[in-house]
Formats: sequence, C-alpha cells, structure tokens
Amino acid sequence: MAFFEMAKTALRTVLSRPATIRYPFEPAKKTLLTRGHVTIDESKCISCGTCQRKCPAQAILLNKEEKTWQIDRLRCVVCNSCIDTCPVKCLFMDTQYTAPVVSRGVDIITITYVKPVKAADKGEAQG
Amino acid sequence: MTKQIIIPFGPQHPVLPEPIHLDLVLEDEMVVEAIPSIGYIHRGFEKLVEKREFTEYVYVAERTCGICSFIHGLTYCQGIEEIMKVEVPERALYLRTIWSEYSRLHSHLLWLGLFADSFGFENLFMNAWRIRERILDVMEQTTGGRVIQGSCKIGGVRRDINGEKLAQMSKDLDSIQQELEELTNVFLRDASIKHRLKNVGVLSRDDAYSLGAAGPTARGSGVAIDLRKTGYAAYGKLNFQPAVESDGDCYARCMVRCRELFTSIDLIQQAIRKIPDGPTDVKVTGAPDGEYFTRSEQPRGELVHYLKGNGTKFLVRSRIRTPTLTNIPPLVKMLQGCELADVPVIVLSIDPCISCTER
Amino acid sequence: MTTEEQLTTSIELGQLIGRVEKFKKEGYRLVQVNCTKIGEVYEINYSFDKDFVFRNLRITVTGETEVPSISGMYWGAFVYENEMHDLFGIQVKGMNIDFKGNFIRTSIRYPFGAAIPKGEQP
Repeated sequence: MAFFEMAKTALRTVLSRPATIRYPFEPAKKTLLTRGHVTIDESKCISCGTCQRKCPAQAILLNKEEKTWQIDRLRCVVCNSCIDTCPVKCLFMDTQYTAPVVSRGVDIITITYVKPVKAADKGEAQG
Repeated sequence: MTKQIIIPFGPQHPVLPEPIHLDLVLEDEMVVEAIPSIGYIHRGFEKLVEKREFTEYVYVAERTCGICSFIHGLTYCQGIEEIMKVEVPERALYLRTIWSEYSRLHSHLLWLGLFADSFGFENLFMNAWRIRERILDVMEQTTGGRVIQGSCKIGGVRRDINGEKLAQMSKDLDSIQQELEELTNVFLRDASIKHRLKNVGVLSRDDAYSLGAAGPTARGSGVAIDLRKTGYAAYGKLNFQPAVESDGDCYARCMVRCRELFTSIDLIQQAIRKIPDGPTDVKVTGAPDGEYFTRSEQPRGELVHYLKGNGTKFLVRSRIRTPTLTNIPPLVKMLQGCELADVPVIVLSIDPCISCTER
Repeated sequence: MTTEEQLTTSIELGQLIGRVEKFKKEGYRLVQVNCTKIGEVYEINYSFDKDFVFRNLRITVTGETEVPSISGMYWGAFVYENEMHDLFGIQVKGMNIDFKGNFIRTSIRYPFGAAIPKGEQP
C-alpha cells in the first residue's frame, strides 16, 4: 500500500507549462501527412471519373457535360482513396482541415483542362 | 422477501459516453439481475458490403470503431488476402504490427483515463490522456490520421515509415515508457484506488471461459487467450508473453491492461529492430471467391471478421464480431450480486465499445 | 501468411444440439454465431475454439424454420441468438434471455433478412 503516489506527478504538472495548445490563438497541430481536405488541380483533370467510382462515401460527383468536379465536404471521409487512384495525379491532400460551416453544400470546381491537340491538326484547331 | 425495484442505467450515463442500456433489478442496494440492451446506434455497416467494392470496403471496415480502427482494417485485409491467397511482403507485416501496437497503447491509455474518471480520479484521467496524446502524434506523423489511420490496404500498407523516423519512434518510446511507469504505479499501488477496485466485479475463471470472455476481461480471470499468439502479421516472429492475472476483479483487469502497455512497447521496439527492407505492398488483381473467419487481437479482445465472397467485386457477407459483444454475457454475470455504486466501475472494466459492437 | 486451418462441418438441423453439446464437453468455447443470407436460405455458422483450434458447425435453414437455442450449453449465446432474430428474423426457440426483438432496435424490421422495399431505403 502506498500513499501520495500521485503527488510527484501532480507537483510537476503544476510547475510545468500546460500540455495543451491555446487554440485558436495558437494554430492546431499539423504534420506533413495530415489528411485535411482534398484539393484538385483543375487544369490537369481529364474527367475520367475514377475518383467518383472509388469514393467509399460517394462524396464526389463529376459532370462530364458541364465539366465540373464537385465534392460534398460533409460527406467526404478524407480517406485518401481518390488521391491514390487518380491516374493523372491531379488530386492532392491539403493538411488544413475545412472550416466549420452552418449549412450543407457542395464545392463545385470547373475543370479547365483542354485536351492537347495533335500536331497534325493543330492548324485546323487554331483556325 | 425484500421489495425489488428496477433502475435503468444508460443509455445516457455520465461515466459512459456510449449508449448501452441496463435494467438493474435491485434488492435494497444489491443488484440481483442486469438485463442489457443495445441497438441505439445500429448503423448497418455489414449491409454496406453489398454496395461497395471489396477494395473500398477497407475504408468502411476501418470506420467501424474510432479507437481500434487500424486493427479493424488490418483484420479485414487479412481475411481478403487469405481468401485470395495474396502473399504480403514482410515489411508490410512488420509495419502493420507496429501500428497495431500503437493502437493498443492508445486504446489502453484511453481506457485507463476513463477508468480513473469512473472512480472519480480526474487528475489521473488527465495524465493518462496527456501521454496518449504523444502516441496519437506518432500515429498522425506516420499515417496522416490521428484516429482513423487508413494505412492498411489489401496486399500491404499504403505508407512506409523510413528508417530515420523508426529510430526516432524507438527513442520516443523510451521516454514514454518512463512516463507510463509513473502512471501505472499510481493505478497499481495507490491505496485508495486499490481499495476501490479490489474484489469488485469478480469473474471466476470457469465463468470467463464458458461465457466467452475475450481480451483483458478473460486474461484478468486467468484465461490466457491472446490471439496474437496465433502469429498473424509479424507477431509470430516476435517474442512476448501475454499478461495474465488470476483474481478476476476490476483490479486484475486494470493490472492486465497496465502490463500490456509495456508488452506493446516491447513489441514495437522488437519490430523496429527486426524490420526488413523491401516493398510494402503487392498488386492485387481479381476478386475474392470463398470464405474465411479472420481473427485478431484487439485492445478489447478477440475480433472476428467473417468474409464471404462469390467471385464478384462485391462480397456477399461481412460479419464483424467485436469483443464487446462477447463480453456482454460476462458483464451480466459480474453485475449479479454487486452494489449499485459499483456498477459504473464494473461496466467500464470490460472496456465497452458499444459503437463498434453495433457496426 | 499464417493460414489458420478452419474446419467447417455442415450438419442437419436436428444434429445441432448434440454436436454443440459434444463441443461443450470437450472444452471448446463459443467464438461466435452468425447468419448469412444466400438467396432464399439462411446459413448459420456456430464457431468454437479451443487452444486456437477453430471448428465450425453449419446449418442451412429457411426463413420459417425454428432453430433450437444453444444457450442451454453456452449461457452467453443469447447475444448472438437475439441478434440473429432481430436482424434476420430467424426464430430461435428456448433462449435463456429472450428480448423478443428488442435487443437491437432497428427502424426497419429484420433489416438483413427480407429484401427491403425500394421506397423505404434511405
């Protein structure tokens, strides 16, 4: 049986600096690999739709006609699946968490990728 | 005969943030019977397997539990690999072992904190969670997720840890070990804690075995069931002895978990020393056809995933039997004949994770 | 890869109690009971373990069959049997603690059993 087993730890904690971060005055912890939110390089996306098919939460919707890529941030579970499967590596993981929101909604991004035209019919395309 | 009254315990209870409901039949202050019921948060994950490809179901399986998520992912992947006869590279197996043991450390520290809170030792709760934070930091640095690691995939792992980081992790663990010694000394030696936990919620060895207790609940009663001894992942190549106590009371279960913290640290250190170089994943093609019961040791006990495929990309059935489900009958037995004031401590001593029980 | 040998024996419904009793006498512990719906029939697996030796009994029943409870031998089996009843609608006879469909409360009756009508899906 021991008494005051905790005293040493308690004393040291009183005298040392707090273990917590004073968020939001100090930024929250982040690491290089932290999964925050998915971003897209809209100039590289070839609209193949792999990310949409491989999304376990069905958060991504790709519209081929209107050339938009949309993501429901509240559905997204930030699992990295789309980034791993993207054939042209146009998706990235940002380490910053998304800001809090008060209503549901989707982020719509217009894809600006233009299919490179072959050298032979280049003149035709320009004309 | 004394008049019997029924007191409802949960689903909302200060000591337990998870929804389990117990109807306690009391005679004076003594519990004569406890009737459990769950089902407040049934999510139907097992049904989702019919709608998601088996490769994506890893992410779903991982999200079964917020505490031992990595081990759920690992167990699922192991099952699919077994059905499809995939040979996983050595290095991936070692990395899986390292992350599993980190999960165990974090889960046990979380439990120690909550347990301290259940008997009213707030300061100890904070201290346990402060150490846990250092474990979670390592998890985040190596996998990208504090809670949902998401680093396991069919055929290997998704991320590698480089040698420099492994050396640093090993060094960090030395200092964590010192802090843990200080922490567990309080749990195991302090007079007031001993007084609160000794001879509370006794589960005999026979009861523990025949009621199917798993994990620390079983090992606290002297039943040496530790699925890590079956040698899945890299456990077969590491040297360890499961912690077993024979008293079967809350103190014994607490002691088992305290000792397991050090076993886990030792296992990680061994794995870091032995980890071979090489690839971390293999390409998996085709679809699973067959069935397998895959088993692993979670922080809470034995976890069973039953997987059945029919040769398409969608599995027919995934059944997740979590350790808490099998620990409910022993809990009911423990509660019979205890004092009403001991109920929260006893319920917590099996480390209930109701959310993962309900899938 | 460590392949665990898992022996599955398919038996008749009538043999179930006898076989489970034999396992109990040999000192096996109950690992789990689970149910799988395959087309119109249900496959029920009873898994036992002793010193990491895994044994499995399998019965195949239709939705209307009454399955005898094994909770007489394994007291803790009531969690699995109630679960089976609540999720798949399998009728289990003689459970030691019968929740009568209230162990897992679901908004849809027997969600894993009968096919869910299209309109009711969330």
